[in-house]
Amino acid sequence: MDVNTDLAMWSNQLIVSAMIVYAIAMIAYAFDLFGGRELKQSEVATAESKPLRVRRTTRTATAVLDAPEGGTGDSAATGGSTAEGGSAANRGSGANGGSGHSDGEAERPRRAARVGTSLLVLAALLHVGAVLTRALSVTRVPWGNMMEYILTATAITVVVFLIVITRKDVRYLGTFVAGGVLLSLGLSITVFYTPAAQLIPALQSYWIAIHVPIAILSTALLYISAILAVLQILKARYEDRAPAWLRFTKRLPASTDIERVSYTIAAVGFITWTFTLIAGAIWAEVAWSRYWGWDSKEIWTFVVWVVYAAYLHARATRGWSPTKVAVLNLIGIASVIFNFTVVNVYFNGLHSYSGL
Amino acid sequence: MDKATATPPQLGFFGMCRWAWRQLTTMRVALILLLILALAAIPGSLLPQRIQDPGRVTRFLEENGVWGQFLDRIQMFDVYSSIWFSSIYLLLMISLVGCVVPRSAQHWKAMRSAPPKAPRRLGRMPGYVEFTSATEARTVLDTAQARLRKLGYRTARHDDHVAAERGYLRETGNLVFHISLLVATLTMAIGSLFGYQGQRILIEGDTFTNSLVAYDSFEPGAYFDPDSLPDFRLTLDEFTSSFDATAPGSQFGQPRVFEAQVTTTVDGQSESHTLKVNEPVRVGETGVYLTGNGYAPEVTVRDATGKVVHSGPTVFVPGGDAGYTSEGVIKVPDAAGTQMGFVGVFLPTATQNDQGELVSSFAELRNPYLVMSGYTGDLGLDSGVPQSVYSLEAENMTQMTDATGEPLTLQMGVGQTQELPNGGSVTFDGVKRYIAVDISQDPTQGLMLVSAICVLLGLGLSLFVPRRRMWVRVTDGRVEVAALARGEDPMVERAARDLAADLRTGDSDAEGDSCAEGDSDAPGDSKTSTTGSRIASGRD
Repeated sequence: MDVNTDLAMWSNQLIVSAMIVYAIAMIAYAFDLFGGRELKQSEVATAESKPLRVRRTTRTATAVLDAPEGGTGDSAATGGSTAEGGSAANRGSGANGGSGHSDGEAERPRRAARVGTSLLVLAALLHVGAVLTRALSVTRVPWGNMMEYILTATAITVVVFLIVITRKDVRYLGTFVAGGVLLSLGLSITVFYTPAAQLIPALQSYWIAIHVPIAILSTALLYISAILAVLQILKARYEDRAPAWLRFTKRLPASTDIERVSYTIAAVGFITWTFTLIAGAIWAEVAWSRYWGWDSKEIWTFVVWVVYAAYLHARATRGWSPTKVAVLNLIGIASVIFNFTVVNVYFNGLHSYSGL
Repeated sequence: MDKATATPPQLGFFGMCRWAWRQLTTMRVALILLLILALAAIPGSLLPQRIQDPGRVTRFLEENGVWGQFLDRIQMFDVYSSIWFSSIYLLLMISLVGCVVPRSAQHWKAMRSAPPKAPRRLGRMPGYVEFTSATEARTVLDTAQARLRKLGYRTARHDDHVAAERGYLRETGNLVFHISLLVATLTMAIGSLFGYQGQRILIEGDTFTNSLVAYDSFEPGAYFDPDSLPDFRLTLDEFTSSFDATAPGSQFGQPRVFEAQVTTTVDGQSESHTLKVNEPVRVGETGVYLTGNGYAPEVTVRDATGKVVHSGPTVFVPGGDAGYTSEGVIKVPDAAGTQMGFVGVFLPTATQNDQGELVSSFAELRNPYLVMSGYTGDLGLDSGVPQSVYSLEAENMTQMTDATGEPLTLQMGVGQTQELPNGGSVTFDGVKRYIAVDISQDPTQGLMLVSAICVLLGLGLSLFVPRRRMWVRVTDGRVEVAALARGEDPMVERAARDLAADLRTGDSDAEGDSCAEGDSDAPGDSKTSTTGSRIASGRD
């Protein structure tokens, strides 16, 4: 069970290459979201909102907010915003007139987003290559320490994202996915860098192939859900008050739509997190003679679970606005990140596998 | 005071109870309790806990004086058995029961009754499609009912419409999830009452006989019956470990193999096992888990008369560094003249660091070295106060000194002997390995596993089975298809559209189905009078 240092070196090279491509992808996506000409609402309103929007009675949202915007918009974008205001009003009021399909702009390809996605695919290939070479260099699962955990978690985040955009156009997330992955990878090869090596005895169990990847998947899902929650809050604020600094959110779907996607992903994440917790408990029994012992990692896994449980309940509770619910989602991801970083590195406990 | 008591309207005691109960079982209160529970769990990760490491709690109390005392008084070192933590989760449990019981009854009733009749105005439903059809009303409704049944809906036929509902499993899953959570919590409580957990250290060659006296520490549950300890013996034949000597950086010196060869004897039947960190040895319901290991230097001590007064391995506890630098104490009560005690550090691979200090640079036995200082005097073993075998009570002892009057330091490699100033000697004979094992039993683990699986299944169902009601009504050749989601259901609009499309396939001119494009109520679409379709929004 030796370590193939050549492959491990290749893996490090691939991480750096992937990071470069992620950086460019992030910029391309940022252009799509923040830069260039003003987009039409109709462009953004893709497949998901094509059918006339039907508002659920429980969550009635704002409808005709864009009307004043059209009037007060700065002169450069007046043409765009009035058209947009019109189409949004159409959508909101549920009228049956053609909503924006007569606009020449509607068919304008989002070139920057396409470039971003292509680059993201390339970066993902390099990234997966890095994961595979790392795994092969040590002939075991590539999540034996924090660096490898981040490496794999970010790869899965990107793959999940790429799968999601084939089904639903959430490319507006691209900036934050590429950016978050870039930042995490940067941390993984600096502060969390761990040379390729075999596992410590405590990790030598088939449970590492069950418990950890599901934990990784949960982290990826909850992260994506949290980004959506942030965008939902911003969009809701724009729908409410339309501050100028949030004009980019015009390119996003309605906050209720974002909220729904965010919720669905968080719900899946909650299930996988529950599985992580249960599998972890079973593994704990095998390794430490008890399935639950309030070890610091167990405590925080429990805290995360309870926070997301609260999130799911809050969503079904009257009196909790979507924004407040989204804040719970953000508290959830904050505790996930805390659980991974601070608890792993600074807290005493049985889960000290950071490799640092 | 009088005023304050007078202000609430006459609720009375029972009224108050009812009010409290209603509040407790609301979702809002449950939600607040959940958030408080999350907050309340946190201090246990910031402060040392008795259930994990009582030693650290004692140290914390010593270092923090009044502040520590205060924290102890509010049970901050026993968070998970504290009154406040328990009351939060008990309230949550009660709230849960108060929610689950009526909902179960409701669900039971709902499962046995027909789907509710259509409301008068179907156009208000989130999913709604209407079209005109020349087909006879009865045929349309027959087709609709058959179609809905095939899709797994429960249906009911009324005069002018079909009512259907699906997704009862959603609520079933929801209830299963919450009930299983209750069961899991109860199981946890019960398991701690009837199980036990004990620790024992075994040096190579030692045999452990499963009885209360054989444990170094033993924590039984309140209702654990010591007579029920299963009868078995366990011998540590050999322990091997290996550490990474090739990896660079932080991975150098990390452990790679911990493996104990043990022999269990049950009813006279002996069996060999390999005990590893993730591979406990199980004897019936009792599990033996490898939780630690270390070195036990073998030392022989002779007194001034040359008589062997101590011999054999002593457990040294590793301090946590990668080099396995371990500390231990050797007590020699039976020496001629005065008692002796030694406090020592064991270095598996002794090397000098840059400052010229002796440290252990690797965890394997490459250059084992024993560094000790000696004491003479009263060990205090007869005082009746229990003593730790890992510490020396040196209050009534004096440190041995060398010829110059400096404190004596004994430094020995394996096989070496050093003379003591009192005429005796110490010999470092060799090193044995030892392991620490947890031995425990929890009769409720099976039940826990079952409830955990139910939690997961129930959760999956409750979050992802869409619950939906549908109605198809025919009035004067006008067919209305409506769908109403109960809970999260992104497909509700599509369900109405799909069903409408299905019902219209019988009509010959149905191909220009504009339903899929909700916003284009294309006028060119209505080639015949039978296909003038539109989707209404939920708004008027």
